Amino acid sequence: MNPEENTYFNKYREAAPLAVFRIFFGFLMFLSIVRFMGLGWVDKLYIQPKFFFSYYGFEWVKPIGIYTYLIFVFCGLSALAVAFGFKYRLAIISFFLSFTYIELMDKTTYLNHYYFISLMAFVMIFLPANAYYSIDAKHRGNIAYQKVPAWTIDIVKVLLGIVYFYAGLAKLNSDWLLHALPLKIWLPSKYNIPVIGSFLEQEWVHYAFSWIGAFYDLLIPFLLLFKRTRLFAFALVVIFHVLTRVMFPIGMFPFIMIFSTLIFFSDRWHHRFLSIISKYLKVSKSYFDNGKKLVMSRIPYVRFKLRLLMLFLIIQLLFPFRYLLYPGELFWTEEGFRFSWRVMLMEKAGYANFIITDPNTKKSYHVDNSNFLTPFQEKQMSFQPDFILEFAHFLHDHFEEMGIDNPEVRVECYVALNGRLSQLYIDPTVNLAKEEESFAHKSWLLPFNDEIKGL
Amino acid sequence: MKRILLFLAFAGLVGCSSGDDSDGGNQGKDSFDRQAMLINWADNIIIPAYENYTEKLATLNAQAEVFVTTPDESNLNNVRVAWLEAYRAFQYVGMYEIGKAEELKLHSYSNIYPTQVDGNAVDADGINQNIASGSYDLTALSNIDEQGFPALDYMLHGIAETDTEIVNLYLNGSNYKTYLTDLSVRLKSLADAVLADWKGTYRDNFINNKGNTATSSTNKLVNDFIYHFEKNLRAGKIGIPAGVFSGGTILPEKVEGYYRNDVSKLLLLDAIDAANDFFNGRAFASGVEGASLKSYLEYLNDIQEGNNLALLINVQFSTAKNMADQLSESISAQVQSDNSVALNVYDELQRNVVYFKVDMLSAMSINVDYVDADGD
Repeated sequence: MNPEENTYFNKYREAAPLAVFRIFFGFLMFLSIVRFMGLGWVDKLYIQPKFFFSYYGFEWVKPIGIYTYLIFVFCGLSALAVAFGFKYRLAIISFFLSFTYIELMDKTTYLNHYYFISLMAFVMIFLPANAYYSIDAKHRGNIAYQKVPAWTIDIVKVLLGIVYFYAGLAKLNSDWLLHALPLKIWLPSKYNIPVIGSFLEQEWVHYAFSWIGAFYDLLIPFLLLFKRTRLFAFALVVIFHVLTRVMFPIGMFPFIMIFSTLIFFSDRWHHRFLSIISKYLKVSKSYFDNGKKLVMSRIPYVRFKLRLLMLFLIIQLLFPFRYLLYPGELFWTEEGFRFSWRVMLMEKAGYANFIITDPNTKKSYHVDNSNFLTPFQEKQMSFQPDFILEFAHFLHDHFEEMGIDNPEVRVECYVALNGRLSQLYIDPTVNLAKEEESFAHKSWLLPFNDEIKGL
Repeated sequence: MKRILLFLAFAGLVGCSSGDDSDGGNQGKDSFDRQAMLINWADNIIIPAYENYTEKLATLNAQAEVFVTTPDESNLNNVRVAWLEAYRAFQYVGMYEIGKAEELKLHSYSNIYPTQVDGNAVDADGINQNIASGSYDLTALSNIDEQGFPALDYMLHGIAETDTEIVNLYLNGSNYKTYLTDLSVRLKSLADAVLADWKGTYRDNFINNKGNTATSSTNKLVNDFIYHFEKNLRAGKIGIPAGVFSGGTILPEKVEGYYRNDVSKLLLLDAIDAANDFFNGRAFASGVEGASLKSYLEYLNDIQEGNNLALLINVQFSTAKNMADQLSESISAQVQSDNSVALNVYDELQRNVVYFKVDMLSAMSINVDYVDADGD
């Protein structure tokens, strides 16, 4: 790959779309952080719990007590600096690190869209998003450019496209398409929504939503890409996300996606948008229209950056398929489920009753999970194997401190998936204290009594 | 034009696909009326159960008054009878920890056992200290385990060995009389406040809060019901005395009516019946079944083509009741003679905890309490 010779890498576009994207991304992240703090979730999710579930390999990432608030403040201010394009490189690196740190503190709160934010922030570190319409560009004329390499805009589109398309692929399974699950479970419970509420109990609506949802996810990146279908696609984006926002508690995500997809719009649209803003803010937009082009060779370490981003994209394309390396039903074992854009696919719930046995006296104790976990943590723990194992190890250590030598930890865990009757999830005879976390298949999971066909 | 064509193609594709795949079973079906369920719960189950409970407490108050005026063995027995009747009636209201009952902590102030007879390092005052000093505040949290049915149990059966000695204590000590009266009045004032609230504005608030948010009536009461079934019934009445949570060390003193010592099985069976009746929407007075968790599950089962969960739960209720029937009258005595019978009851109740917490909540899309973070 030689950036100078490759014609694609010598294509240039107006920097306006990238600037608009930076502004929306920064402000929406700032709002998300403010909202998160305003709802009291920092305290509830990161300060009150006595125990936190870690990602494998990131056990060292923990909330830092009351100072956790500082991480959020830091993250929010970084987002604001990104929006303004103020000391952009430093701001986006700060944002990426603090946001990712927050997400790694407790996997109970894992959401695909938080993962998306982390990925996007990582990519933005390498993009000249402050070249245009930013405080940096205003103050440092030597980094101000009106035009940037096209790939710096396209890579944002590719990331967005992956999110949608892979979310669509994940819906191509028998539960979603042939049984309208889990929408058939979720939609009737939204009976109280004005106007559409009564429709949500109709079976045909469950199927219609499932199929439209799958096609929407698969097609929308392409519809956004082509000029002829772009406006229609954007209307769909707005309708789809507003509808999901009304029906499900998904926070800021719909707005993030709606504003992100604007990057597919033309240079002209972005210039017009910035002109309008400039009028309100009394900013001279013409200052930024300096006609200068950020040529590839002027980007520091451009080859390294391109190679890194290429590798990043390849990983992104392959990573969601890692579940193929594991035996058993993905929805059941969840081995390879996270970080794969598998969104809203399962109604899964569990009940985990831990039993501690003293190997010397053979006495057994049932654990009251709520002594150690918040209701939210207990709910998430009770149907995800890695959570169960981590909690089992915590219980082992806890009861060892309480004076039991080498306590054995077993669990009686029942899980129900997509309306199927609950069944035993984990071999109740296995001493989980002796099992180690790894990327290998967890042999102590009991097999799923049914089959879900498809991707 | 092309845009319109594309839209039609897209809509057509979606339309056909969904048309082909739905088997059309339930399209014309009426939806489940959740408000009817709330009305049935309020008007036919909860309010009548509270009415019955407050009546039983009125009798208890009256009998206690007769006894403290004229302490003798016959009057003592009359209070004991009234106590047991009220205790049994309590099993039918204890699970509705919502509204005023939640605010006043009706369940905790009425039924924490074992009751604290004597002070200890953690809490200096027990019932005996309260009686001796004559100064105590039963509305204080520190006195939560020196009142309610377990404290009355001690006052009526446990303060002395024989009935004659018990009567003598009342004859000779006015502080005993006052404490007994205060306990009885306190129980009734709690229950009266809750009933008055239900009969006042709360009933309408309750039936109109019919959404599916964390604070809606259905979600809250279902969470309360499951909590009660899991913690108060399964764990409290049988699991704890059977040693499930204490490494197999049985705790025979941690039963209801410990000093009376022959009613813990009866109270357990009443509580199982009460839970089963609530699940089936069975009217307190007439026994007629109305809209309920059972009929809701049956409705959802039809949509979701799932398993007949309502039936499974009812079968499990019967199994648990049959198992509990084999207990001796005193669970204390049972765990000491043959704990396996008690453990069997625990296991059968446990199976329904799983059905409730996993299968039922999942089918109804009801969140576990207080979980209001974002999803994706």
